Amino acid sequence: MKLKTLLVSMMASVTLVAGVAQAAELSIVSGDTGTGLEFLRGQLDKFEADTGHTVTIVPMPSSTTDQFGQYKLWLAAGNTDIDVYQTDVIWAPQLADQFLDLTEAAADIVGDHFPSIIESQTVNGKLVALPAFTDAPALYYRKDLLEKHGKEVPTTWAELEATAKEIMDAERAEGNAEMWGFLFQGNAYEGLTCNALEWVKSFGGGQIVEPDGTISINNEQAAAAIDMVAGWVGNISPEGNLAYMEEESRGVWQLGNAVFHRNWPYAYSLGNGADSPIAGKFDVAPLPAGDGPDARSAATLGGWNVAVSKYSPDPEAATELALYLASAEVQKERALMQSNLPTIEALYDDADIAAGQPIIPAWKEIFQNAVPRPSAPTQAKYNEVSSLFWSAVHDTLSGNGSAAENLEVLEADLTDLKGEAW
Amino acid sequence: MATETLGATAVVPKRKIVSELTQQRARAARLFLIPMLIALAIVAGWPLLRSIYFSFTDASLTNLAGAEWIGFGNYLRWQVLDSGAVRYRGLLVDPNWWNAVWNTVRFAFTSVAFEAVLGMIVALVLNAEFKGRGIVRAAILIPWAIPTIVSARMWSWMLNDQFGILNDLGMRLGLLSQKVAWTASADTAMTAVLIVDIWKTTPFMALLILAGLQMIPKDIYEAAEIDGVHPVKQFFKITLPLVRPALMVAIIFRLLDALRIFDLIYVLTPNSAATKTMSVLARENLFDFDKFAYGSAMSTLLFLIIALLTILYIWLGRVRFDGGDR
Repeated sequence: MKLKTLLVSMMASVTLVAGVAQAAELSIVSGDTGTGLEFLRGQLDKFEADTGHTVTIVPMPSSTTDQFGQYKLWLAAGNTDIDVYQTDVIWAPQLADQFLDLTEAAADIVGDHFPSIIESQTVNGKLVALPAFTDAPALYYRKDLLEKHGKEVPTTWAELEATAKEIMDAERAEGNAEMWGFLFQGNAYEGLTCNALEWVKSFGGGQIVEPDGTISINNEQAAAAIDMVAGWVGNISPEGNLAYMEEESRGVWQLGNAVFHRNWPYAYSLGNGADSPIAGKFDVAPLPAGDGPDARSAATLGGWNVAVSKYSPDPEAATELALYLASAEVQKERALMQSNLPTIEALYDDADIAAGQPIIPAWKEIFQNAVPRPSAPTQAKYNEVSSLFWSAVHDTLSGNGSAAENLEVLEADLTDLKGEAW
Repeated sequence: MATETLGATAVVPKRKIVSELTQQRARAARLFLIPMLIALAIVAGWPLLRSIYFSFTDASLTNLAGAEWIGFGNYLRWQVLDSGAVRYRGLLVDPNWWNAVWNTVRFAFTSVAFEAVLGMIVALVLNAEFKGRGIVRAAILIPWAIPTIVSARMWSWMLNDQFGILNDLGMRLGLLSQKVAWTASADTAMTAVLIVDIWKTTPFMALLILAGLQMIPKDIYEAAEIDGVHPVKQFFKITLPLVRPALMVAIIFRLLDALRIFDLIYVLTPNSAATKTMSVLARENLFDFDKFAYGSAMSTLLFLIIALLTILYIWLGRVRFDGGDR
């Protein structure tokens, strides 16, 4: 395999150079969820054995909003303690100045990754971060319950609502009082922006701010989508869902207390873990489509990358680490153990992955059609745009005004924020 | 920041200096105070002045050195539209800010009121002689000793709607008809935060009040008992007036603490508009939104509001820090 020889020779050459230089002590931050930290440690141990460097993991909170605030602070202060950052797909435009340009270091491997992902990490011609994995959410469903009640996997949100309600009521009548219909991430944070963007896009309601910078969120389809979800809260979704992030909703789902669940692919391998009560009882499908002329199934593009701080005292060793974490070798392990989607196209044809994690080859098309959050057009203001959006949605879901009212205010706020240009 | 500077100036007693000896002692005192004042100026004064300075600039987190002076623009600026209408912008007309101010004030007054009453009850119990009093005193301090982040995390699991122990207990005992999403619902979010804060800081209040209670001479109670004064009357006529100075100081410490509440809310309900306080909002603007100058303006106003409330409290409550006339 050409890719492998290339990588091996590159790693070897880098190792030679590093072998002459002193072994470095590196630090990497990680806000990984589930068994992610354990996995990362395992990969880093291999890296340490190969290169002689030592790498320390600095664990961070799992909320991407919390991580961003901390990283921003560290980078602004020129913190030299952290060498390698794991960055969310949306951060590249906001942190571009603080990371090293990896264009040269990664020149040989960028061609193996999906061009759209490399592009999302390129700001004004500078490759800010290397992709470690990509993400597109799935609809998790309990195949045993659907079978038991003679239901099909829903392809529209309306079908999902009806099926969820029916199964939930039937299960509760049978004494399973804890059963819920549908779980999502409803806390007021970045994850709600991802969820709500899917609802809006699936109803043909645009993507908040369009690629050309137009603010499109105040429309009837978007309002219909959010009103629909507001109707679920306290009905097929628990009221507490409005405080759930990924791990809280996965907790309820994995106890076997929900029929449907929206989450990222990482929940697939955890749900099939040895200690999981629902192992083997669930499957995944694309998220349902909405209603209306431009209705489609929509998934928000996620994914994590590795970037090298420009304040790192040892940028060469840090770049080496970033390249290693983005390599085909690690991505394959990651796919097999964590069910994270690789960003290297060749891995989708890998026989081991197809056998071990059938979700991954099936997900290639879904993430290729995934909707990006408007971080590119809104640039440094993205965080505030996202915060305004999730607040408007969270207000609507908590019964604080209708979607139409909240979206109208949101449009006015966004227009103010935009000013002359983003 | 406000706590230290105000405390430091207020502690210096105002006395008429007469004799040579007193003058000498005052000089020595000043000499001994200098290192402390220098430390305060570095850790409290300088950051405070810098925040105030940044609030008048257009600073951003990535460009602090290049900040330019823009006057009061972060606080209030206006623009006359073509139609003649005037559009106001800035912190003073920002509804999010005033919502946060209201949340903070509401939180501070409710929590301190509950803590004062509960703290008084706990202190009265601990002041009584009973077996194992030492152990109970130590045990009651545990909530105060646990770091806030840890106790907030712990409570957030206890308050969880699906697997939280509070809902489980409530349902089993028949107190709740259905599981309550404590931190998620806007109606209960503030209550949840208050419960945790009261649980955590009542011991602190109790400890300060207990110290005051132990200063009260026992013979007053003996005399009252001989005169046949009812215990309830004893409390209102003897205990309360005598413990008042200690109580007032305890309340002001807690009030200052409660007005700058951050950690508890940041962990329990970080983005809920129903609980977002001034500090939480300032942090969000400073770091998440890259509006460093605007966040600095919030910090400055936060400082002014706390200072104002403290001065009002000291003046209205006639609090004396020097332990003088009682």
